[in-house]
Amino acid sequence: MNKIVGVLLALGGAIALGGIALYRHEPINALWIVTAAVCVYALGYRFYAAWVAARVLSVDPSRATPAERYDNGRDFVPTHRWIAFGHHFAAIAGPGPLVGPTLAAQFGYLPGTLWILVGAVLGGCVQDMTILLLSTRRDGRSLGQMARDELGPFGGFAALIGTLLIMILLIAVLGLVVVNAMKHSPWSTATIFATVPVAMLVGVHLRRLRPGRILEASALGVALVLLAVLAGGWVDTHPQLRGVFDWSSLPLAGFVIGYGWIAAILPVWLLLAPRDYLSTFLKLGTVALLAVAIVLLHPQIKMPALTSFVDGHGPLFGGKIFPFVFITIACGAVSGFHALIASGTTPKLIASEADVRLIGYGSMMLESFVAIMAMIAATLLDPGVFFAINSGAGVVGSAPAAAVHTISSWGFPVTVQQMQTLAHEMGETTLFARTGGAPSLAVGMASIFGSTFGRGLLSVWYHFAIMFEAVFILSTLDAGTRVGRFMLQDLLGHLYAPLGRTSWYPSVLFSSTLVVAGWGYFLYVGVIDPNGGVNILWPLFGIANQMLAAIALSVATGILVKSGKARYAAVTLLPLAWLAIVTTAAAWQKIMSADPRIGLLAAARSLATHLAAGTLPAQAAAAAPQLIFNQRLDAWLTGIFTAVLWLVILDMGRVCARKLRGLPVSAPSEAPYQAARLQPLALSAGLSQEGGT
Amino acid sequence: MTVRNVRAAIGQTVAATVGWLRAISGDDAYERYLIHHARSHEGPPMSRRAFYEEREKRKWSGVSRCC
Repeated sequence: MNKIVGVLLALGGAIALGGIALYRHEPINALWIVTAAVCVYALGYRFYAAWVAARVLSVDPSRATPAERYDNGRDFVPTHRWIAFGHHFAAIAGPGPLVGPTLAAQFGYLPGTLWILVGAVLGGCVQDMTILLLSTRRDGRSLGQMARDELGPFGGFAALIGTLLIMILLIAVLGLVVVNAMKHSPWSTATIFATVPVAMLVGVHLRRLRPGRILEASALGVALVLLAVLAGGWVDTHPQLRGVFDWSSLPLAGFVIGYGWIAAILPVWLLLAPRDYLSTFLKLGTVALLAVAIVLLHPQIKMPALTSFVDGHGPLFGGKIFPFVFITIACGAVSGFHALIASGTTPKLIASEADVRLIGYGSMMLESFVAIMAMIAATLLDPGVFFAINSGAGVVGSAPAAAVHTISSWGFPVTVQQMQTLAHEMGETTLFARTGGAPSLAVGMASIFGSTFGRGLLSVWYHFAIMFEAVFILSTLDAGTRVGRFMLQDLLGHLYAPLGRTSWYPSVLFSSTLVVAGWGYFLYVGVIDPNGGVNILWPLFGIANQMLAAIALSVATGILVKSGKARYAAVTLLPLAWLAIVTTAAAWQKIMSADPRIGLLAAARSLATHLAAGTLPAQAAAAAPQLIFNQRLDAWLTGIFTAVLWLVILDMGRVCARKLRGLPVSAPSEAPYQAARLQPLALSAGLSQEGGT
Repeated sequence: MTVRNVRAAIGQTVAATVGWLRAISGDDAYERYLIHHARSHEGPPMSRRAFYEEREKRKWSGVSRCC
């Protein structure tokens, strides 16, 4: 029976992928992509994941998990696998898989789609499942601790620094995405501002009025933010209020930075925790709605399979398809960040080792599917429209007539009239140069939802999508700033002990300010950059995230070799090798390329030359010194990431070589075997039979 | 299949969905804690408010959200 299902899946996948391959010169239907994706995931889950779990990881359901051994009813709680799946998915899936595929769509729909599928099934899902099992075997230790125990102190330090830097870059680029969605859009700005008091109201409800009634508080909050979307539409038509919420990017960046700082120093129950509940429910609901709508509507993909931008002169970001598609799409294919969630929080919920395949591999499959849906939403737009929304003014010109002329000359016809009509339908004054991916994703989602559930409400759907992305992003911004603060305090504690105390208020204030200043700086430079800033920050974030994945895969490979499974090491070694190649190639080009659209140092040199020659317009000349400094700083950061990546890989190689030559290595840190006595769990608490006694 | 069966099946599906939502949001975490506590017999259980305050503090002291 299983074999028949497998053969059917393989046939389905082959037919769908064949369909994609054969319809190269005419538009294909999104349903082919969805079918191909579902079949690839099903095959990966059914065969590869099962094989890796059984043979490589030796998953042993008879072995008691930390959740069973330390069950305290609080953080160590044996949890039904579908509930742990929900927790884990909600934790790993952020805005990353929405932004990356949208940017990578400049190469056409095919490269990004293939990388999302192959990268997830052979790389990202394997990484998440492996780290989840290894951490479960080690009492739920964090990635940094495992790196220290299994490789040495350098690995642990690299994981800490890597995480801190990723966090700062991620928040900066996400802040930029929100700013670009809000600039000169009174509707979006009013709606997003309104989500702050809504979150606080939910927070007060949960803390003071009815503690812990999360479902009802979230339902109230979701209803209020939906109301905020409609209220934003009313503000947009109001002559005076409209002006109040019409902000340009620089003050908006100031707002985001101020918001981030206040959120970081306020108690979590007031803003961070309630916003996170809202974001989780919106995320699950919107993802489900989008999947249903795509299947019901099954739109045509209008973007070609491959565009001429594979040669490196794309308007969203410079760089050839290799290696940049693999850097641009990190979340959704392989995301190193997941290793932090898969070690630490989730292992304490695992009831049985048999569940790691569903929770580790399965959650990442679902995130990868979210990335596929983002790719569909980006590529169903007219390519001309897609490029008009996503190209910075510095690339295509700031006047609409100039922008459409440039974009049409690339072979993607678009008119000013078409863009005006679209902006009007979406309830905006303009959609030109809204870089960062969120607005074009919102246009795509609005078209899908509008066509499926009622065309008259396009502008409401558009602003619903913007609100959804913003709530998501601001929630990541809050949580990220807080995590960054803890890590910084951990580091600073080595210099001056009281700074390491996480509840000492001066230290909280000081370290929060440092973290916010860190990402605030990159956000500010991104805002003043005429090319939109995302083109520089996103690849940098991608490189950093892939570096963290390489650290996680190095830890996994090291443990496999140390535990005598060197013959299976390729399972983690091959994704590691691929990531090392693409990250190094991308970093090399970002630093050394002579093309100012790609090379950071070349861009700094070119800008300096223009500045010295006095050929820059006044405004650009004023911003130039900061941009030049920032490009050099980014080049240094890229170099540091690459150096750390290779040092960790060499460290892993050293440990593996010692083991293979029979020399002593550090003792395995796996917790000793203890037989599981846990009975199967019920899904809901009322009927719970949890516990072994 | 009778009407009663269909109604029962729908009822079960709705109950399972609500149960899943309660569980993944943490809405039923206190009830689960009470069940656990009743088995372990260690003094009086925490109050609902204290339980959620502690839970929130723990949740936001580490990496709990990703990109």
